[in-house]
Amino acid sequence: MRIKQLRRHKFAGPVLVVAALLTIGSAFSIASALPSAQRSEVSAQSTLVDEGKQIFLKGCSSCHGLNAEGGAIAPSLIGVGAAAVDFQVGTGRMPMADMSQQAMRKKPLYDAAQTAALAAYVASLAPGPATVDPASLTWERDGNVAQGGELFRTNCAMCHNFAAQGGALTNGKYAPSLMGVETQHIYEAMITGPQSMPKFSDKTITPAEKLSIIKWIKSAEAEPAIGGASLGRVGPVTEGLLVWTLGLGLLIGVAVWLATKAR
Amino acid sequence: MKKSERVAGNVASYIDDRTGAAGWAKKNLTKVFPDHWSFMLGEIALYSFIILLLSGTFLTFWFDPSQQEVIYNGSYAPLSHVSMSASYASTLHISFDVRGGLLMRQIHHWAALIFMAAIVVHLLRVFFTGAFRKPREANWLIGIGLLTLGIVEGFLGYSLPDDLLSGTGIRIAEAIIQAFPVVGSYLSYFAFGGAFPGHVFIPRIYIVHVLLLPGIFLALITVHLMLVWYQKHTQYPGPGRTEKNVVGYPLMPVYMAKAGGFFFIVFGVTAFLGAVASINPIWLYGPYTPGQISAGSQPDWYMGWLDGLVRMAPPLETHAFGHTISWNILIPGLILPGILFTGMALYPFIESWISGDTREHHLLDRPRNVPNRTALGAMSLSFMIIALANGGNDVIATHFHLTINGIMWFTRIGLFVVPPIVFVITKRICLSLQRADREIVLHGRETGRLVMTPSGEFLEVHEELTPEKKWTLTQHEQPAALAAPTEDAHGTRPKATLKGKLRARMSEANAEQVPAPTSSGAHELESGHH
Repeated sequence: MRIKQLRRHKFAGPVLVVAALLTIGSAFSIASALPSAQRSEVSAQSTLVDEGKQIFLKGCSSCHGLNAEGGAIAPSLIGVGAAAVDFQVGTGRMPMADMSQQAMRKKPLYDAAQTAALAAYVASLAPGPATVDPASLTWERDGNVAQGGELFRTNCAMCHNFAAQGGALTNGKYAPSLMGVETQHIYEAMITGPQSMPKFSDKTITPAEKLSIIKWIKSAEAEPAIGGASLGRVGPVTEGLLVWTLGLGLLIGVAVWLATKAR
Repeated sequence: MKKSERVAGNVASYIDDRTGAAGWAKKNLTKVFPDHWSFMLGEIALYSFIILLLSGTFLTFWFDPSQQEVIYNGSYAPLSHVSMSASYASTLHISFDVRGGLLMRQIHHWAALIFMAAIVVHLLRVFFTGAFRKPREANWLIGIGLLTLGIVEGFLGYSLPDDLLSGTGIRIAEAIIQAFPVVGSYLSYFAFGGAFPGHVFIPRIYIVHVLLLPGIFLALITVHLMLVWYQKHTQYPGPGRTEKNVVGYPLMPVYMAKAGGFFFIVFGVTAFLGAVASINPIWLYGPYTPGQISAGSQPDWYMGWLDGLVRMAPPLETHAFGHTISWNILIPGLILPGILFTGMALYPFIESWISGDTREHHLLDRPRNVPNRTALGAMSLSFMIIALANGGNDVIATHFHLTINGIMWFTRIGLFVVPPIVFVITKRICLSLQRADREIVLHGRETGRLVMTPSGEFLEVHEELTPEKKWTLTQHEQPAALAAPTEDAHGTRPKATLKGKLRARMSEANAEQVPAPTSSGAHELESGHH
C-alpha cells in the first residue's frame, strides 16, 4: 500500500529518473574504468603501428608500395603477418642490399624495437602469423633431438644439407646454412616459408615437432668436431680436395725427398 | 765370431740346407733398380693397399653387414632410439663405442682415397713417360684393371654403412643398372633380390668388398710386381743408360731401407689424416631411408667424374616397344665410361699401330719429346677434370656464389671445347720445349755475364753444357712418319683404304717434332759460337 502511495508521489518521476541516470552512469563509469589498462595498450599499439608505418614509408615502401600492396619487384605484404617481418628484418634479409638472386642474411639494419614496430604495422594490414616469442619456444625442455633429426632429414635436408650447412638451388638461389640462426627465426621461417622455402603449417609439422627440429639443429650446431676437422660438413668434395692437396702433396714431397737422399 | 753372428749363421745355414735359398736371395737381393721420385708413386698405392687390408680387417671385427632393422641405443644421443639397419648401427658402434674404432674407420677411408689418387698419378707417370710400351702392355692392362676395380671397391666400401649418403649412392647405382636397355630392370631385381632397397644388397656387396675384390687385388698386384721384377724397371734416359741395362742401386740394402721407410711414412701420413680430419661422418648423414635425400650428395672423388657426367646429361629418353631407354643415364653412366676405359686400355696398341714401332723400350720418354701422346694425355685429363668439377657443382655453387645452372652449362660446353684446346696448347708447349732444348744444346746456357770486346762490342757469355747434359737432351729418337704404301710387291699402287689413310694421317701428326741437334749440326755452329 505504502509503496503504491509513493509511486504516485509527485516527485516519484524525477527521483526515479535521477536514480536511473546515476545507476547507468556509475555502472558505465565502473564498466569503462575496468579495462583502462587495456585501453592504454590499444593506444600504445596504435602508436607502434604508426611508428612502424613511418619506418615502412622510409625504408620499405619504395619497393613494397606505399600501402604495402607490392609492386613489380616486391611482393604484397598484406596478410604475411608479423612473423614474416620479424624473420626477414630480424635476420637482416630485408631491406635487401641489392637485387641479387635472393635476399641474404646479414647484419640487421633495424633494431629490435624498430623491427617490432614494422611487424606491428604489417600485422595491422591483415591477419597473419604473429611474431614468435623466443621464451615460448621451450625446445630445450620439450624437443626430442632424435625425432627432430628424422624430421629434418625428411623435410629439410634436401635443400639445407644433412648437417644444416646449406645447399644450392637452381639459378643461383640457395638454401642458407642454419648455423647460428636464432630459434624464433627458424620457427618463423617454417611457418612463413620465406623466399624459395615452402610453408610448413602446423598440420604438416606440429608445433611440438617444430621444437624437435630446432633442438636437432641446435644440437648439430653445438656438436663438437668429432673425428677431427669437420671440412665444412659438405660431404666428400672437401675430402677429395684434402686428399689431393695435403695427402698426396705430403706423400709426393716425401718421395722427392727420399729420392734425393743419400743412396 | 760373436755369439749373435754364430746364431744368425746357423739359422741361415739351416734354411739354406733345406731350401737352397741362398743362391736365389743372392741373385735377387742385389737386383738393381733405377732411382727417381716418380717411380715411388706406385709404391704409395701398394702401401695404402696394405693399410687398407690391416684397417679393414679391424673393422670387420665389429661390422655387421645386415639390413635387419634395429633400434639404436648406443652412445650417440642425437640418434637415440631411431630405427636403422644393423649395418648402420654397427658402424655407429665402431665410431663411438669401440676404442680406436673411429680412428680406424677414418684411416681406412683416407687410405682408400690415397690409394685411388696414387693409382691415378702412377698411371699418369706411366702414360706420359711411355712406360707402357712393349714389353709392358700386359702390365698396363693389369693397371687399368686395378684402377677399375679400385673404383668399384671404393664404391662398395662407402656403400656398406647404409647411411643416407651411401644409400643415395646405391640408388644411383641402381638407376645405372636399370639403364641397360631391355635387361636393366631384370638385372636390378637380380642384384637387389627384388625391389630397391631390399634386404640382401649390403650382405652381398660386403662379401664382394672384403673377400672377392681384395683377393683379385692381391693376385693382380702380385702379377703386376712380378712383371716389374721380371721385365726390369724402366729408367729415365741419361749417359750410360741404354735399352739393355739398368742403372741404379741394389734392392738390398738401398731399396729395402727406402721402401721400408716409405711404407711407414705412407702409414704415418694416412694415420695423421685419420687423426686430424673427419671423413664420412655417417652419424650426421643419418640412417638410409628411400624417402630422404640431402642437398650436395656426392660420391667419393674417384666416382665424382661419373656423377658429373650424369649431372650434365640432358634429359633424353626413348620409348620403344614397351621399353624405356634412358639415354640421360645410359650415355654418361655406361657408354662414355666404357669408351674412356676401353680407349685407355687399348692405348699402347693404338700407339704402336700408329708409329709402327714394335721394338722393346726400357728407356723412358721425356714427355716433351712425344708431343702427340703428351697432348692426348693432357686432353683426356682436362676432360676428366671438367666432368669431376661438375660432380661438385652444388658445393662449388654455394661456396663461390655461382649459379648451379651456369656451372652445368659451362661444363656441358667445356667438355667438348676445352679438351681440343688443351691438346693444341700442350702440343705447342711440347714443341716449344723441344726448341728450347735445341737452343740450349747448340748455344749453351746464358750466363748473364756481359763482356766488352776491345772493339767496344758487348757479348753475353754462353756456357756450354756438359756432355752428360747434352746427351740427355739429344738422345731421343725422332722416327719419321709412316708413309702410306705407294706400291706393293707387284709394283701396282694399292687402293688407299680408310684405315691406311687414317694411319698415315695420325702417324704424320705423331711425328711432328723440332729436329734434335745432331753432333754434326753442333760442330757446324762450333766455329761461330757466341
